[in-house]
Amino acid sequence: MLDYTFHWRPALNALPAMLDGALVTLQVALLSMVIGTAGGVLLALGRQSGSRVLRGGCTAWVEVARNTPALFQIYMAYFGLGSIGIQLDSYPALLLGIAFNNAGYLAETFRGGLRAIPPTQARAARSLGMSAPKAFRLVVLPQLFRAVFYPLTNQMVWAILMTSLGVVVGLNTDLTGVTQELNVKTFRTFEFFAIAAVLYYLLSKAVTLSARLLAWRLFRY
Amino acid sequence: MFETSVSWNDMLFLLQGAGTTLLITLYAVLGGTLLGVALGLARATAPWWLNAPLGAVLDVPRSVPLLIQLVLVNSFKSILGLPWSAFTVACVVLAIYTSTYCAEIVRGGILAVPATTRRAARSLGLTYRQDLIEIVFPLALRVALPSWIGLTLGVMKDTALVLWIGVVELLRSSQIIVTRVQEPLFVLSIAGAIYFAMSFPIGRLGARLERRWREND
Amino acid sequence: MIELVDVRKSFGPLEVIRGVSMTVRRGEVVSIIGGSGSGKSTLLMCINGLEAIQAGRITVDGTEVHARGTDLNRLRRRIGIVFQQWNAFPHLTVLENVMLAPRKVLGQSRAEAEAVAVAKLRHVGLGDKLQVYPSRLSGGQQQRMAIARALAMSPDYMLFDEVTSALDPQLVGEVLDTLRLLSAEGMTMIVVTHEIAFAREVSHRVAFLQSGQIHEIGPPEQVIGNPQRPETAAFLKAVL
Repeated sequence: MLDYTFHWRPALNALPAMLDGALVTLQVALLSMVIGTAGGVLLALGRQSGSRVLRGGCTAWVEVARNTPALFQIYMAYFGLGSIGIQLDSYPALLLGIAFNNAGYLAETFRGGLRAIPPTQARAARSLGMSAPKAFRLVVLPQLFRAVFYPLTNQMVWAILMTSLGVVVGLNTDLTGVTQELNVKTFRTFEFFAIAAVLYYLLSKAVTLSARLLAWRLFRY
Repeated sequence: MFETSVSWNDMLFLLQGAGTTLLITLYAVLGGTLLGVALGLARATAPWWLNAPLGAVLDVPRSVPLLIQLVLVNSFKSILGLPWSAFTVACVVLAIYTSTYCAEIVRGGILAVPATTRRAARSLGLTYRQDLIEIVFPLALRVALPSWIGLTLGVMKDTALVLWIGVVELLRSSQIIVTRVQEPLFVLSIAGAIYFAMSFPIGRLGARLERRWREND
Repeated sequence: MIELVDVRKSFGPLEVIRGVSMTVRRGEVVSIIGGSGSGKSTLLMCINGLEAIQAGRITVDGTEVHARGTDLNRLRRRIGIVFQQWNAFPHLTVLENVMLAPRKVLGQSRAEAEAVAVAKLRHVGLGDKLQVYPSRLSGGQQQRMAIARALAMSPDYMLFDEVTSALDPQLVGEVLDTLRLLSAEGMTMIVVTHEIAFAREVSHRVAFLQSGQIHEIGPPEQVIGNPQRPETAAFLKAVL
């Protein structure tokens, strides 16, 4: 029936190299989340500002990020910027693309989170004598954090999965990139990518589980 | 004024790519929704010992990159000797992917119907089936539809990944033109604009629907 | 006639109804009063089979509610129940809400069901709200719609589970007026309520339920006016 014998040995031997790749994957994902979160907050604030230019610019960023494929955004960073003289390597291009994407989605998340907190909360805090920044920091921000925690976790898992697109622009140090290099050398496509799939699954689950543990400790009320 | 080597033939080529994108999206969403509704219904009504493993299995396509899934299925179909084209592989993988998300959306919609409302319906003498059809279905739909629209748009954007297994959709088409014309920013921008045009209006429609149904409650 | 004989019900290890026996004859209005957690709502939901019982028997016109062969859907056509939360069907207009069960359960034609629905809605004072969606109505109006919805099935018995407890005070009156109207028309009613004055005015008999048992049952002048049991007296003292 199957004119193919599975050779798992080479794939399993390559595990250390793939684990190194997984580390790079995590690195890119984390960096993109940090930049993306900061960007998302700024975008969310920018959309509330008085300046029409700022509002328009931030909205444009968010809408482009959410209405075009992530791969397109990575392509733009890698190929598109080259047109105007900015030649990025695979790694920075991937990072920029994913961070751009993250910022757009997280801006919406923060906007929704802020809207979910009733203004009566800030009012109550001010009535107790707190200044506006203090009220924001001590009363609104913790609740905001709780509201966005789950979406943030989801976005992190997305980021990890998105790093696999690096291979399309030539990245060979992340998990998919490493796997592809091995694939090209040995043509044991199925075995190598199957192991990679398992590693990605474990990574995703690890992030989700740690987040749940963290939430349990932080949000015990 | 503005010099470009991009011809109208190239534009046509891009639009053909967009057509392929939409076709893959159509098949994926059609198959994925049918499968997803069945799975979602199962998850919403199944006992815990069936639900938990089912949930775990459905979680796998959401925890592995789509690119990897495409490569795996593509290579596996070769191993099995199936005469599938890359296009077919793309549709199959994306349909399965869609169904796992759709299952959650359907399940969420069904569970969002308050038990007390269903109890009132049963108290009037409606049977289990009548309750599902007259009460649960319309109310679950209102909750699920906006998310489903979002899912469809997401799948449309994810079709870009199928270029990796050799399908010529919109993004690949733009790449092909760039290799000849060497104006990546311009060509990519056009492709981006086409993606935007395919996604933005439907997204706004979904948001408007959601708002209208929410204020009706 | 609704008959309860030594009914017992538990939720897991917690027994909430501990041997309740009661008979409600046609045309009677029986009010059930008691504190929270006494089992009043649960008792009502046992009568129309929404809740199972662990011991005892409930029969409605000779049909045993919890017997294996009993067609509950058929039984529920004869028993109307209105809950504290009116549970309007949000995707249907007021008229469609009331028409749904007569069409789908009794198999009436659209015209028949509409005629019945319009009549019942006019009866409860909602004749001018037929094409409106429930979300646009006040709580009191939605509750009256729920009553009309139950009445459209022409039930022999109507059960009311604290139907005014979730309403703003100024809306309570209109719902109680509807209940008064129904009792004057001879509807057999079991009314679980906090409104002691209303219970006194409208009921033929009042039952005081506490900790899953009926401590006292009798004419309102006796149970409310001159309670024989100390528990009843203590309860009334606390709420009045």
